[in-house]
Amino acid sequence: MAKYLMLKHYRGAPAATVDVPFDRWTPAEFGAHVQYMRDFADRLRDSGEFVAEAALAPEGTWVRFDGEGRPPVTDGPFAETKDLIAGWMIIDVDSYDRALELAGELSAAPGEGGKPIGEWLELRPLMSEPPTITE
Amino acid sequence: MTDADLRAAVPQVLSALVRRGAEFAAAEDAVQEALVEGLRTWAADPPRDVRAWLVTVAWRRYLDAVRSDVARQRREDIPPPEPVEVPGRDDSLQLYFLCAHPSLTPSSAVALTLRAVGGLTTRQIAEAYLVPEATMAQRISRAKRTISGERLDAPGDVGTVLRTLYLVFNEGYGGDVDLVAEAVRLTRQLHQAYDHPEVAGLMALMLLHAARRPARFSSSGALVPLASQDRSRWDTRLIAEGVSVLQAALAADRLGEYQAQAAIAALHCDAASAAETDWVQVVEWYDELVALTGSPVARLNRAVAVGEADGPLAGLTALADLDPGLPRWAAVAAYLHAAAGDTATAADLYTQAARAATNTAERDHLQREAARLRGATPPGGG
Repeated sequence: MAKYLMLKHYRGAPAATVDVPFDRWTPAEFGAHVQYMRDFADRLRDSGEFVAEAALAPEGTWVRFDGEGRPPVTDGPFAETKDLIAGWMIIDVDSYDRALELAGELSAAPGEGGKPIGEWLELRPLMSEPPTITE
Repeated sequence: MTDADLRAAVPQVLSALVRRGAEFAAAEDAVQEALVEGLRTWAADPPRDVRAWLVTVAWRRYLDAVRSDVARQRREDIPPPEPVEVPGRDDSLQLYFLCAHPSLTPSSAVALTLRAVGGLTTRQIAEAYLVPEATMAQRISRAKRTISGERLDAPGDVGTVLRTLYLVFNEGYGGDVDLVAEAVRLTRQLHQAYDHPEVAGLMALMLLHAARRPARFSSSGALVPLASQDRSRWDTRLIAEGVSVLQAALAADRLGEYQAQAAIAALHCDAASAAETDWVQVVEWYDELVALTGSPVARLNRAVAVGEADGPLAGLTALADLDPGLPRWAAVAAYLHAAAGDTATAADLYTQAARAATNTAERDHLQREAARLRGATPPGGG
């Protein structure tokens, strides 16, 4: 049993197999894409492997501490920031192989012309609790 | 009446319903409903006979569910099952086998065992494994569908039962449920009902590790490795029980992996300090464990023990045969290099090991070790 985070990128991932931007899809293609993502999440709920998901707004703010008694400094967004996360889903699965299988399935979401996009997803294990038995 | 007493009645109640002719999956749902109702109402008004109360309420819920199913399907010619006399026999033991059936995935077996044998609610199980309640409910209902063709009285596979209980003991988050205590309780119940040396071996293994829990973390929550633990905080009552269960198991002369692991744990529990540990015997038990399982993790731990028994260079030689890609390989290599006096290599390896850690407590410990060896002052002490 292990939890994994699947990360979708707006920017920063290698180019997808079918790399056509959203704004060149037809409304029907976009609808099919959204439906595929919904169905995927529903299948995971049904299989007892779904933990959480969220989509993120493309623009954010950088914030840092700026000394005692001073308001935090804000900056950005920076157009040149390499990595930009679009959304994430956390799954709870029995094996790494199962996590790979699911990420592959999510990456097959249809895009332009109904073809699987083949988008690169980043799969990251979540830290667990330390095991009770250590030797 | 404690929570554990209440939960102990659950497998007996479920087995009584199945004996009356109820189908397992529906009976299990009915028992869960009765349990939740009991937890809600008993604080004010606890019944005198908990088991009888649960059987009565669960049976009523079961009949309601069957009747509404029948109505829904408009199959009015199928009468709901009538209560039949309950034989004195208790099938609780068989429930362990059914809920850890080899056709189930490990996570499904864990969830179903905790609910149908452990008497935990779906919400408690979901919290213990940090998943939404709806996800856990689905996992449990799919598990029940998977085993729907299996008979409760068919002989089971003790291997998957032990693996399931081991997982409950070893992995999980907890929430308001102490999974370690729950695993100990369920294994104790199994051990009392089923005379098998490996069941006893797992029981002993759990007791001997549970005994050390009070010393595993510092007051600030940092992981304390075995060698640095305050052994006066170990639970001597659990150790005595674990050793006695293990001795009885070993007397049967049918060694298995849990008995071998418990023997190693017993040698640690028996020593007043890491230095006074009988490392030669520890290595011998690891040899047994490697012969039984061929497990690379056992070989890795064996290298640590060889390092203590015959010196760090011997430990490094034992390590040289192992795949550096193994989990915790770098941590073991770092420890042995540090013991051999090669501080710089050890520090690099600890940093590498921290990057590969799969939980934050271990990662923080490994980072502290790296910092200590580099001469920096580690936050919170080493």
